Amino acid sequence: MLMFVLRRLLSFAVMMVLISIAAFAIIQLPPGDFITTLAAGLERSGDVDTAQLEFLRQRFGLDQPIWVQYWRWISAIVFHGDFGYSFMWKKPVADLIWDQLGFTLIISIATLLFSWVISFPIGVYSAVRQYSWGDFLFTFIGFIGLAVPNFLLALILMYVGFQYFGQSVGGLYSPEFQDAAWSWGKFMDLLAHLWIPIIVIGASKTAELIRIMRANLLDELNKPYVTTARAKGMTEVRMLVKYPIRLALNPFVSTVGWVLPSLISGAVIASVVLNLPTVGPILLNSLQSQDMYLAGAFILLLSLLTLIGTLVSDILLAWLDPRIRLE
Amino acid sequence: MSTLASSATAAPIAVSPTSSDDSFEVASQWQLMWWKFTRHKIAVAAGVVILLLYFIAIFSEILAPTDPNKNAAAFKYIPPQGIHLFEDGTWNFSPHVHGFSFKTDPRSFRRTYVEDPAKIVPIGLFVAGEKYKMWGLFTWDVHLLAAVNKRDPFFLLGSDRLGRDNLSRIIHGTRVSMSIGLVGVSISLVLGLILGGISGYYGGRIDSAIQRLVEFLRSMPTIPLWMGLAAAIPLEWPPLYVYLIITALLSLIGWTSLAREVRGKVMALKGEDFVIAARLDGVKERKIITRQILPAFASHIIAVTTLAIPEMILAETALSFLGIGLQPPVVSWGVLLREAQNINTVATAPWLLWPGLFVVIAVLAFNFLGDGLRDAADPYS
Repeated sequence: MLMFVLRRLLSFAVMMVLISIAAFAIIQLPPGDFITTLAAGLERSGDVDTAQLEFLRQRFGLDQPIWVQYWRWISAIVFHGDFGYSFMWKKPVADLIWDQLGFTLIISIATLLFSWVISFPIGVYSAVRQYSWGDFLFTFIGFIGLAVPNFLLALILMYVGFQYFGQSVGGLYSPEFQDAAWSWGKFMDLLAHLWIPIIVIGASKTAELIRIMRANLLDELNKPYVTTARAKGMTEVRMLVKYPIRLALNPFVSTVGWVLPSLISGAVIASVVLNLPTVGPILLNSLQSQDMYLAGAFILLLSLLTLIGTLVSDILLAWLDPRIRLE
Repeated sequence: MSTLASSATAAPIAVSPTSSDDSFEVASQWQLMWWKFTRHKIAVAAGVVILLLYFIAIFSEILAPTDPNKNAAAFKYIPPQGIHLFEDGTWNFSPHVHGFSFKTDPRSFRRTYVEDPAKIVPIGLFVAGEKYKMWGLFTWDVHLLAAVNKRDPFFLLGSDRLGRDNLSRIIHGTRVSMSIGLVGVSISLVLGLILGGISGYYGGRIDSAIQRLVEFLRSMPTIPLWMGLAAAIPLEWPPLYVYLIITALLSLIGWTSLAREVRGKVMALKGEDFVIAARLDGVKERKIITRQILPAFASHIIAVTTLAIPEMILAETALSFLGIGLQPPVVSWGVLLREAQNINTVATAPWLLWPGLFVVIAVLAFNFLGDGLRDAADPYS
């Protein structure tokens, strides 16, 4: 087990380095840099101070070769926790990202728990009562959940909320709590708003997990040991919980690894529509205005979150299923 | 060699007791798959829907009532009009829609449209309307269903903020959205087949290198990655370039799942008797791959490919919706949904959500078809 964890940690470190290079490459892709954008803006207003632009360029090291820039960027992050400077917000990136990242994480994890809690019993029910009306109903809902893009679901929910309940459903707080300090009331208000993004982001993953759980359990239910257990007079519920469900859970756990990346992706899009204070809107903005340190920090940290999710699910799985760690 | 191959695959044939038909035993593998596929009613229906969508995509110029980019400032946000088949109060057959008169709210100065039964807009089949260039080849002006006078308002699914016809735009968007899935999947398929095939067939170091690459690409959160890459596309590029680049970006991730599937299949087949027999007979490697291994899992690949198309469609829609995918004047479902991005617009003109329904239908149909094909791909079970 220790060897397995060590091996996974090693590959995690390698992946992290690769991803940091990829993130840096992505933010370098657009032609020009922020200074060119700034210069174009200044030119329009008439006062271009070439010396100042040159000073800025030097200060941020934009005149250096690319690998030097990369090294300056990544070493500042790793050794000083300094993610650089946001040109657009005129603030250090580190001051900007943590709140948004925190909310992204909260929403993603809440969504993950939500989709597990919903999909597990439904998946079991659909498998045990295969081809019943309930099974057909859930399968149908599941397919719809798969096919509706989450931003469309967000739009429809917002429309319904606006048209029939007369309330705006965007954001995470009611206006009166927007700038208030943390209190019990604000927390409850947050919970009251949180369910919409959770449903919007989680719908397709929940549908997918139901399909997976159903298929896994159906495979297990046809195995001889189930017949044996039944023949020995075990009650159906006890038999289900003790054997096939435990086995069917394995692939379920391993999905955390890829559910997390897609949840984070989903959160990014849905947040733009629902106007949530997560990474989505600010990342989109920073990419469009070439605020490269800000965009780079987000891409890097989102990928890091994803990798950690995969790592946790791998270790969890190895702990659950000895066959995997021995492989 | 072919006899060996067929005997190896034909061994587990299970003739169902219900079929007394002799043709079952002599049918080819593809014949059996077709039979099994047609038993899956939903998948067949989904297949018909998809053919219909591609039919719309191919003949969108004729099927659209008008030019998708023709704007009319006088007809902003017109709600969908209903078709009336008969002249009012009589049984005289004259299909028409009602025109509009608008009144201005004295307080908010907002113009609201009121359907005006007195104004009659005659419509007809195969009407000469706006001119277009069919497939970019020749100029024509016939539209399947359009207003007889091309200046009349005729908006079956309403109009948008510039007075453009929603239905025509959706029909033209079908071409872009449905083809981006196909083109993207073709690129993923080529990459997936080559890299997955090499990975599975040779194994060893090459295999683990390719597998690490796949893991690396899969562990990146796709939307931020796509957003980063798509934001790098210069805005002044011609729409066709942007279209191709976006498709290539989507396939960048898409090929990984195909490669995994191919690798697994190739690895399993490599150990099969008929492949080993071929190798012992001294058949060249390339021939083993193309004649023995590829045909044995072609059906699986088709099924997996079908299931990959809807993901591409959804990804394109999401990117275009965010404004970093395709750009107007190109019309795709995602570009159209961008019009409905804020709640105020949706509240005043809910019909702008119609493209969303097309996305859902297309994605559902591909999923059902793919499921049916996957079941049919293994006709011996």
